[in-house]
Amino acid sequence: MSVTLAQAERRVEPSIAGVGDYIELMKPRVMSLVVFTALVGLVVAPGHIHPVIGFTALICIAVGAGAAGALNMWYDADIDARMARTAGRPIPVGRLQPGDALAFGLTLAGFSVVVLGLLVNVVAAALLAGTIGFYVLVYTMWLKRRTPQNIVIGGAAGALPPMIGWAAATGGVSLEPVVLFLLIFFWTPPHFWALSLYRTEDYARAGIPMLPVVAGAEETRRQILLYTLLLAPLGLTPWLLGYAGLSYGIVALATGAIMIVMACRVRGERQGHRASKQMFAFSILYLFLLFAMLLVDKMASWAA
Amino acid sequence: MTKSVAMNDTKKPAPLPPSIAGLAAGETGIKLTEQQLRARRARSIAIAVSLGLLVVLFYIVTLVKGPGVMDRPL
Repeated sequence: MSVTLAQAERRVEPSIAGVGDYIELMKPRVMSLVVFTALVGLVVAPGHIHPVIGFTALICIAVGAGAAGALNMWYDADIDARMARTAGRPIPVGRLQPGDALAFGLTLAGFSVVVLGLLVNVVAAALLAGTIGFYVLVYTMWLKRRTPQNIVIGGAAGALPPMIGWAAATGGVSLEPVVLFLLIFFWTPPHFWALSLYRTEDYARAGIPMLPVVAGAEETRRQILLYTLLLAPLGLTPWLLGYAGLSYGIVALATGAIMIVMACRVRGERQGHRASKQMFAFSILYLFLLFAMLLVDKMASWAA
Repeated sequence: MTKSVAMNDTKKPAPLPPSIAGLAAGETGIKLTEQQLRARRARSIAIAVSLGLLVVLFYIVTLVKGPGVMDRPL
């Protein structure tokens, strides 16, 4: 009895992927930021949500974010393999088959949306479905490989979690979560462009048209400064609109000023990438501090 | 034309992966390696735990919502 080589080659080796590989597929670090911003949206929303229902909403949002991450890694496996930052992901190294990642992502997406709709509310579920769809279809499949505006428009997906948290608590959407959405939306370009300034070769090798690859470092530095000049005043909006206290306003003012100073230093940088790296790192702290202060403010109001 | 890989092939074809090498020897199905068996068991346990947690979550939310669990205005 014999087996043809064609038959043998068609047969995929049984998977050796462990649980850790599937967890890595869900981009846990991105997921933690998503959960944190969603938690803030959920807590600062008016009214009361039962802790169990709030916890359920956060679990569903986390799993939905993981699903989007898995589907992104499934579709981008070819370019991930060409970039140093992503070459060690489970699909490029061969520990996980692309089809398994696709099935995993679709299953998690379906479960997270349906469970959120059944146990919390349909508005939050619809927003979660829209976020996953936008990240996978609009950002990953359409924009990422075609335009340097990929992370500007695609940033909307990362900006939606606080709105989902708010919708989970209230059953609707109002101006306040839209401000939180805009805050993350305008934070995303300077954050990712600061990173792409010192990863330009990586992106160019992978054929991703990030701004420094397409328009050059000079234009990218200019755009980082412009977006930061929009972002810093926007950071003050929750305080100006009256749903965050003075402590938030002070932190937003101080960190916004630091962001502008850092963007100016990036603008003036001619050699090396020290300022870009510092701005990338500080931008994460900036967003974390603003959202943490919203949380602290709300808790202080409970105590009062 | 499809190349044949038989046990008595004198041309020494490229070795098959361990899990399908048995097919060439006339066995039916595939034989998983130790590593593949361990990985499959870990995945199966993870799926079982996830489904168990989902059941517990539905149970607790049903208790929390009480009769309102059926109240679902759109």
